[in-house]
Amino acid sequence: MTSVHSRVVINMQGVDKLFGDFKALDSVSLQVHEGEKMVICGPSGSGKSTLIRSINGLEDIQAGEVSIAQVEVDGSRDARIGMVFQQFNLFPHLTVMQNLTLGPMRVSKLSRLDAEARARACLERVQIPEQADKLPRQLSGGQQQRVAIARSLCMEPDIILFDEPTSALDPEMINEVLEVMVGLADSGITMICVTHEMGFAKRVADTMVFMDGGKIVEQSPPEKFFNAPESLRCQQFLAKILHH
Amino acid sequence: MKRLILLLVSLPLLSSCSDQWGWYVVDPTTKTGLTNLKFLLSGLEQTVLMSFTAIAISMVVGLAVALPGMSSSKGWRRFNRVYVEVVRAVPILVLILWVYYGLPQLMGISIGVFGAGVLALALSDSAFQAEIFRAGIQSVNRGQYEAARTLSLNYVDTMRFVILPQAIKRILPALGNQFVYMLKMSSLVSVIGMQELTRKANELVVTEYRPLEIYTILVLEYLVLILAVSGVFRWFESRMQSDER
Repeated sequence: MTSVHSRVVINMQGVDKLFGDFKALDSVSLQVHEGEKMVICGPSGSGKSTLIRSINGLEDIQAGEVSIAQVEVDGSRDARIGMVFQQFNLFPHLTVMQNLTLGPMRVSKLSRLDAEARARACLERVQIPEQADKLPRQLSGGQQQRVAIARSLCMEPDIILFDEPTSALDPEMINEVLEVMVGLADSGITMICVTHEMGFAKRVADTMVFMDGGKIVEQSPPEKFFNAPESLRCQQFLAKILHH
Repeated sequence: MKRLILLLVSLPLLSSCSDQWGWYVVDPTTKTGLTNLKFLLSGLEQTVLMSFTAIAISMVVGLAVALPGMSSSKGWRRFNRVYVEVVRAVPILVLILWVYYGLPQLMGISIGVFGAGVLALALSDSAFQAEIFRAGIQSVNRGQYEAARTLSLNYVDTMRFVILPQAIKRILPALGNQFVYMLKMSSLVSVIGMQELTRKANELVVTEYRPLEIYTILVLEYLVLILAVSGVFRWFESRMQSDER
């Protein structure tokens, strides 16, 4: 677990998101610091996914502001944001290797050779170097999600967003994905995870966020969050998911 | 295929038990018969050349019309709707006549029979191709666009590497259908004097007065051509199916 961080890399101020009349995000403000590991939980429909999807622009917002900091890596540029989805969203017609090299070759303009070298390094990090030539459908769910993590790593993100990365997985595959995510957390990258895996949260989170009804209800370090949550709704939620 | 051969064999047999038939007109063992048969077949090249050119053009135009149909801009979507609705509403035969007789008057240029045929067929087909492409592209899961976006792929790369390869696989049966339809519709270009299969048959009927036999041969010519095209599409489909998820 890393300690308190310096710089704000994501700054959300008064963000509203409407789906018709339904307010999915209700004046949400949130700061994420460089290197911070944040875990967001809450009941379904509370706005967790919408929150992280509004960070990288997958949801347009109706009010407020989301700003992403500049980072200093060979000059100054916007921090790059990777994302891992609940449903993996791998490209089914491309092999694992092609899934991983598409972004680096088309966006970062790497040569095929360089892109493949980077892809192999990323596959090593998610512990499936031997699956490079397979199609996604030939892999198990856990392997597919690890490929999806590797695919986002290949773009060398500064921040990585996880949107319920283990919710679509069979129980026996959840751990292999969580292990990879713990490894990533140790590497110092900024992470925001929407997940109900509280064991994982306790291991890696610097900050716990609880959402309900489109609002951030509780935001605290894990020690406080799990032992002495302030809001009643958060207490009830934790009681439901921790005691069974 | 077996049934087709059976049909081909049974037709001359039919002629022997009925005096309605006069197969001598296309009998390849006689000199006139052979000449007539060659004459009928000589339209094949034009039919194939014209249809294939028109279909190739209409697929490119169709895709170019389909993409604005899915734009977030209302203006682009309206362009797509107007194009599709207007072009689709004009009967192909009317379009052929309009392009061949009307367009030169309007533009002051002559485009020739082949050019007019290709243009009219391509124009008409492009509206249908646009709808097929739109349906195919819209059938691709939203998550694919989102994944492409989080990798920072631009619009062209997203379409080219992620969306279209998946969409085309799904619309292949519809594309095959449309291909066959256009091959048949190319017969209408005979009205402006295009020397394709139907025109050749018409011309021979006028000199030989044997419409039954000659048009039967014409039917068989289209049948063989279209079965060949269907076969190619089926082969494509089965090849692509093998890497379906």
